[in-house]
Amino acid sequence: MDVELLSRLQFAGTIMFHYLFPPLSIGLGLQLFLCELAYNRTKNLAWEAAARFWTRVFAVNFGLGVATGIVMEFEFGTNWAAYSRFVGDVFGSALAAEGIFAFFLESGFLAVLVFGWDRVSPKVHLFSTAMVFLGSVFSAVWIVVANSWQQTPAGYHIVWHDVQGVLEPRAEITDFWGMVLNPSSVDRLTHTLVGALVLGAFFVSSVSAYYLLKQRHHDVARRCLSISLPSAVVFTVLAAVSGHDSAQKLVHTQPAKLAAIEAHFQSSDEPSGLYLFGWPDVESEVVHFGVKIPRMLSFLVYSNFNDPVPGLDQIPAKDRPPVWLPFQMFHLMVTLGSALLLLASVSTVFWWRGKLESSHWLLWALVLSPVAAMAANQAGWITAEVGRQPWVVYPSVQDGVEMIGLRTSEGLSESVTAQQVLSSIIMFGVIYSLLFAVWIYVLNAKIQHGPETVDQLRQHKDDQLESFRESISHGGSSLGGSLMEDAT
Amino acid sequence: MIAFMFLGHDALTLIWFGLLGVLICGYAILDGFDLGVGILHPFVARDNQQRRLVMNSIGPLWDGNEVWLVTFGGALFAAFPVAYATVFSSFYAAFHLLLMCLIGRAVSLEFRSKVHSVPWRRFWDTLFFLSSISAAMLLGIAAGNILSGMELGPRHVYQGSLWSQLHWYPLLVGLTTTTLFALHGSIFLYLKTEDELQQRVRRFIMPLFCVFVAFYVAITMSTWIHVPHSRVYLNLHPWLWIVPVLNVFAILNIPRAMHLGRPGYAFFTSSSVIVAFACLFTVAIFPNLMLSTVDPNFSITLWNARSSHRTQAIMLVVAAIGLPCVLSYTSIVYWIFRGKVKLDSSSY
Repeated sequence: MDVELLSRLQFAGTIMFHYLFPPLSIGLGLQLFLCELAYNRTKNLAWEAAARFWTRVFAVNFGLGVATGIVMEFEFGTNWAAYSRFVGDVFGSALAAEGIFAFFLESGFLAVLVFGWDRVSPKVHLFSTAMVFLGSVFSAVWIVVANSWQQTPAGYHIVWHDVQGVLEPRAEITDFWGMVLNPSSVDRLTHTLVGALVLGAFFVSSVSAYYLLKQRHHDVARRCLSISLPSAVVFTVLAAVSGHDSAQKLVHTQPAKLAAIEAHFQSSDEPSGLYLFGWPDVESEVVHFGVKIPRMLSFLVYSNFNDPVPGLDQIPAKDRPPVWLPFQMFHLMVTLGSALLLLASVSTVFWWRGKLESSHWLLWALVLSPVAAMAANQAGWITAEVGRQPWVVYPSVQDGVEMIGLRTSEGLSESVTAQQVLSSIIMFGVIYSLLFAVWIYVLNAKIQHGPETVDQLRQHKDDQLESFRESISHGGSSLGGSLMEDAT
Repeated sequence: MIAFMFLGHDALTLIWFGLLGVLICGYAILDGFDLGVGILHPFVARDNQQRRLVMNSIGPLWDGNEVWLVTFGGALFAAFPVAYATVFSSFYAAFHLLLMCLIGRAVSLEFRSKVHSVPWRRFWDTLFFLSSISAAMLLGIAAGNILSGMELGPRHVYQGSLWSQLHWYPLLVGLTTTTLFALHGSIFLYLKTEDELQQRVRRFIMPLFCVFVAFYVAITMSTWIHVPHSRVYLNLHPWLWIVPVLNVFAILNIPRAMHLGRPGYAFFTSSSVIVAFACLFTVAIFPNLMLSTVDPNFSITLWNARSSHRTQAIMLVVAAIGLPCVLSYTSIVYWIFRGKVKLDSSSY
């Protein structure tokens, strides 16, 4: 196997594994914040028990997100050195901004969120939770901006640098806000964030539904469902809307990707139909076993039933993306998204009418729903990333001047051999499989253990108060001396 | 928007070189003590209770400490993309090992106390120790290679391998950083613990100090002989001699402060030693980011690795907004978790 294929496999594998965690951190972060907000408003201890429980789940997930995220931060340099030199000005800036604005915020306040329950007031704790959530959103902002810039580059020009007698192109910023707010940033960011929020809402619904099925922790489970089910409805609807907006713009920004995800091989003057499913065959440029709705693609893209959508034949053969994978992944994402929208709406109606707890089939569907939400998130990213091949940075036109793009095959590290990449793939494969097993095991243990009861929590708080009083009456402070204070 | 455009490109490049130094200092001081705690924990802690105390002394802090390294990576990418590309692809194998160690540390902290079983804990304890000591070693090996120069061929293509990086000099630098971090970590642990555990920690400080001094003497002599280019700027600007001189005083001050019963002062001093080493490292490599031992013309310097004037100016704005925020909430967190470490329901 060659370095290119191996490096792509490694990147795909490590980023997909990493992406198990951040969307759950973002989505669960919001649910956790809402539980804590409810506690601050009502002072009902059941809300605090819920928030403490979700914090424990959140911490495990967040830890793995950090551990696998460090790999991503450096993988551009290790495996994609030529790419890193080409995009350093732009992509590096976004990564650095992510570090400064997002990671420090998240990791700092995470300490208070996880370890601060008995150290700070509920208000300060709520504020910390909000900051952790905000940090995870900022992180998504910068990384999706950087990714979107590669798909629809803007605010830059190409400068040729003389490297020991050979000219090498580099993309350099001309307009910072033009780069940040490139044509696809806002749509793709919205869709990514909403996808994460959908996952969080279904995750909380899933665990709560499980408790109802097992007749445990009723109080906490019901309260959490009253937050997670309505938010699941809102976010699945928003996901559909933002997804539609994103796809509509593709015809202008990345027509090759649009043609690939719809397996639209031939252009014609007729209105274009939409495949509901099928098996695209690139060799013969047909879709086997496909079911097509006439004129539907034209309608979705242009909001009218007549205009033809350009096909893949408009793109030079060497610039065409693969078709089968983006087509299937896109359709998987849309199918799962629609199913989740239906599930969220039906569950909310049942819950509203008080019939949810007796409908076991619906509770079981909710228990399994996070797997579908996770799969939809992953499938969406596979669509986006495979659909932009063979480019890692799309070519573009800026102010009437054509800018060259960078092909994925041109971005590799010159000094890295296939052997080295294969070894690191095996290493990641082994370690990540172990991590995955441990993650599932610990997550299951946390969920089986469940939240404390209100009585346990009250007892815990009384003990806490007692030991605090004791330490004051003994003249010493339980908090001890500060780091810089000298011990005697 | 870009208020710093009035600074010339060269001035910005020097500022960014300095800022990368600040990030590395921040990382080495902060992650230095938690790597040190990881190295010491199988030796100082007698039972499960003490192990948990040791781990929880860095519990709320390690994660933020590692962000300094991540941000260093991002800043290097933005300010010196050519260096980012070449350094990390040259250290391909070593860097992947370092990543494995960092993952190993993160998950052993996270998972150790999640399941109550002796073999489970023993597994994560071992992993925590091995990944901490290897990470400290690998960071030193990378620094040693950068100091002595690497086999960099034409057009930024590295020609060496992991084996050529495991040369005696980088290994010696690795041992020095490992003992320095262990010493730094032991002083931190002394500050955070009390009673019997604190007494056990105390017994490690002086022996670690002696080993560190031995390595310090060895590394100073071998750098003097083996890495002649490291002296160029010291000779050019003799006032820079103040750094190694202060460093010697700082090193000698560690046992003095401990003897006077002022561990906070000792911790401050060992942090200063780390800063002094970082300054010396900076002076020694300047103006190269990666010196080529094949042909000096192939070296990656500040001037051929930097990003554009505009990018460096924009990123300075980002740093000017971001760094004060970072420092303020880092201080808040350290303040909230000040004092002796105690176990409670949310501890690891």
